[in-house]
Amino acid sequence: MTDASYQPDTTRGSLTDASGALLAADGTPLKKKLRQALAVSRRRAFLLVAPLLLFILASFAIPILLLLVQGVKDNTFSSIMPETTSVLREWDSNSEPTEEMAAAVVMDLINAKKISRSLPTKVGTRVNREVSGAISLFKKTTRKAPKMKAPFLAELHKADKKWKDPAYWKAMKIASKTITPAYYAAAVDKKYLADGSFADQPEDRQIYVSLFVKTILVSGGVMLACVLLGFPVAYLLSHLPSRQANLLMILVLLPFWTSLLVRTTAWIAMLQSAGVLNDIFVWIGITSDDQRFSLIYNMTGTIIAMTHILLPFMILPIYSVMKAIPPSHVRAAKSLGATNWTAFWRVYFPATIPGIGAGGLLVFILAIGYYITPALVGGQDGQLISNFIAYHMQKSLNWSLAAALGGILLVLVLILYWLYDKIVGIDNMKLG
Amino acid sequence: MKRAILLAAASGIALTGSAYAADTITVVSWGGAYTKSQVEAYHKPWMAKTGNKIVSEDYNGGLAEVKAQVEAGNVTWDIVDVELSDAIRGCDEGLLEEIDHSVLPDAPDGTPATEDFIGLALHDCAVANIVWSTIYAYDGSKYNAFERPRSMADFFNTKKFPGKRGLRKSPKANLEMALVADGVAAADVYDVLSTSEGVDRAFAKLDSIKDDVVWWEAGAQPPQLLADGEVKMTTAYNGRIFNAMASEGKPFEIVWDGQVFDVDLWAIPKGAPNKKAALDFLAFSTDTQRLADQAAWISYGPARKSSAPLVGAYNSDPDLAMGPHMPTAPGNFMNAIANGFEFWADNQDELNERFNAWLAS
Repeated sequence: MTDASYQPDTTRGSLTDASGALLAADGTPLKKKLRQALAVSRRRAFLLVAPLLLFILASFAIPILLLLVQGVKDNTFSSIMPETTSVLREWDSNSEPTEEMAAAVVMDLINAKKISRSLPTKVGTRVNREVSGAISLFKKTTRKAPKMKAPFLAELHKADKKWKDPAYWKAMKIASKTITPAYYAAAVDKKYLADGSFADQPEDRQIYVSLFVKTILVSGGVMLACVLLGFPVAYLLSHLPSRQANLLMILVLLPFWTSLLVRTTAWIAMLQSAGVLNDIFVWIGITSDDQRFSLIYNMTGTIIAMTHILLPFMILPIYSVMKAIPPSHVRAAKSLGATNWTAFWRVYFPATIPGIGAGGLLVFILAIGYYITPALVGGQDGQLISNFIAYHMQKSLNWSLAAALGGILLVLVLILYWLYDKIVGIDNMKLG
Repeated sequence: MKRAILLAAASGIALTGSAYAADTITVVSWGGAYTKSQVEAYHKPWMAKTGNKIVSEDYNGGLAEVKAQVEAGNVTWDIVDVELSDAIRGCDEGLLEEIDHSVLPDAPDGTPATEDFIGLALHDCAVANIVWSTIYAYDGSKYNAFERPRSMADFFNTKKFPGKRGLRKSPKANLEMALVADGVAAADVYDVLSTSEGVDRAFAKLDSIKDDVVWWEAGAQPPQLLADGEVKMTTAYNGRIFNAMASEGKPFEIVWDGQVFDVDLWAIPKGAPNKKAALDFLAFSTDTQRLADQAAWISYGPARKSSAPLVGAYNSDPDLAMGPHMPTAPGNFMNAIANGFEFWADNQDELNERFNAWLAS
């Protein structure tokens, strides 16, 4: 703000105070005056962006926060079964269930049913996520609870022999925690146990870690494919005379403007086993009619369709960077004796890095959260982590697990962003 | 639009003397040929009778949308066509309105509604309209007359019948069918499936065809997969295959062995905006005549016993009697499994997880 070379005019003592600071015409220190002037313009700027800020807060930041909270907070059990929750807190989860615990369960179920008949099943649904069979157990017990008399433990055993199985008591203890790591544990294939430790999920139910890895690999693969395919196109675009370049540009943008769904379903028509591509292969004799290639409803289909759909996000930033590289640089390199390849690789290519970086980051982050395309053409092995987040939101109704998966995905993206900033530097990014 | 509604309402009142105000209700169902059958058999006559309007929406099943609407306190659906397991779960979790069965009309011969509906049909929060079935079908033109698949075991036998298979992307019905194919009698399926060895056995059977499976999610997909030649055989809802056969002339054949049958029910989301009109629609559409009418449009069995004798021929082909195409026809019903909704309520979390892990591995 202050210019170091500026020398105050010391001959006019009236414009400096005792300590030598500059004063404005009305006698206030100049620094203060400047701060005031800046504050006004800052406030005006803030007011101008305030509507957008509020909108982003209300529609973006707060919902994300709420969802993240849902991944660690679940008060279904503790709010409906308060007595049981406090009794279970004292239980060490290894000793035999006590009469006190049984009495609390019966009492809570009777009370919950009085408020609404749906409450006991809600509890059952929550416990069922930890151990199968809890829904029918809670339904049955709730039905019989009003007629039960002490000793309640024996009555529970009589009502359903599942109560003799400590697994159900342990599951209740897990469910009774309001702030719980159970969902984040489940999102990385671990199981949160009643005594507070973690264990691996049984092997035939492990899925999410490998899915996260797969999602990152696929996104990386799609990004690479986009660079390889997009770079030459961008190069061509930026070196053609503007008439042809504009025409080509429209060919790049046309799919970009077409609905995602239309493009994805077009790939289905192209790639399916009775589709255009396979028909051509059979016709020119690459394969026989009963051995057509499986190009869709698998990972191949997902990668092909995602690469095509994300290609413009790679071409456009690279193109805009290439447009800004003065042709004189390459000419100068050549006049100094560089071969075509050296001039390209040592002079031209480094200048395009900001565009490749921007395109790469854009494509990667879009790909890592991709949902519709894998859902439509992914079949069984082409599904990515977003498809499972959607599955838990829409089908299994386990919103807490969906929130935990989403939270992990968000952290992954932030880590990648940070890595990119460390390696390439975010200031080097050029979006066009 | 508004004027049209008013006019329709006015004429409705004038014609029938009905005292209804013109309501617009949103009816949600599964789309495609199934929704069409409901529009023809239920929606049109009800709109003509009451002067009310119906907005028809499609969905792919599940309680997610209902739950989202009820929990957000912004219910826009008035009545939804749900599967049995969802009807029971939705009722238990307080997502659906309870329905007073006394609004349901009696059968024409005076049999009370509670006795006229078949066993699975009446629930606290839902009333069934049809019996449907998950079967498997193949394209008859791809097989010669002597080497056709006939049993559930043939579906899982890719040596004898090579080619891709279509399956619904859900463990429901698939695990049951796998066990039947593995030699378990239909009546014992859920007993076997309740043991962990039984689950392993079902997954092992599914695993034997995993590399050949194309997974589908919406009911309209399997007939398309068959027609495109994308699969040689596919599981499907029987009505969808029938419609492709009857109205589009596709050479499909249904194999009924090991069918998993279920009911579809009307349910009203908690806090539906036009609950009264929705309830009226529910009672109207599940009366004896309407259920029989629907069978002229799709091969799903009516949920009332009194409707069965009234079931006639396909709407566009008077020679095509619907009776033999119903899941409940005696010849089709020999080795049928009733969907075990209680089993699925208890085990779906765990089995879905295992199914997903199995799929992705």
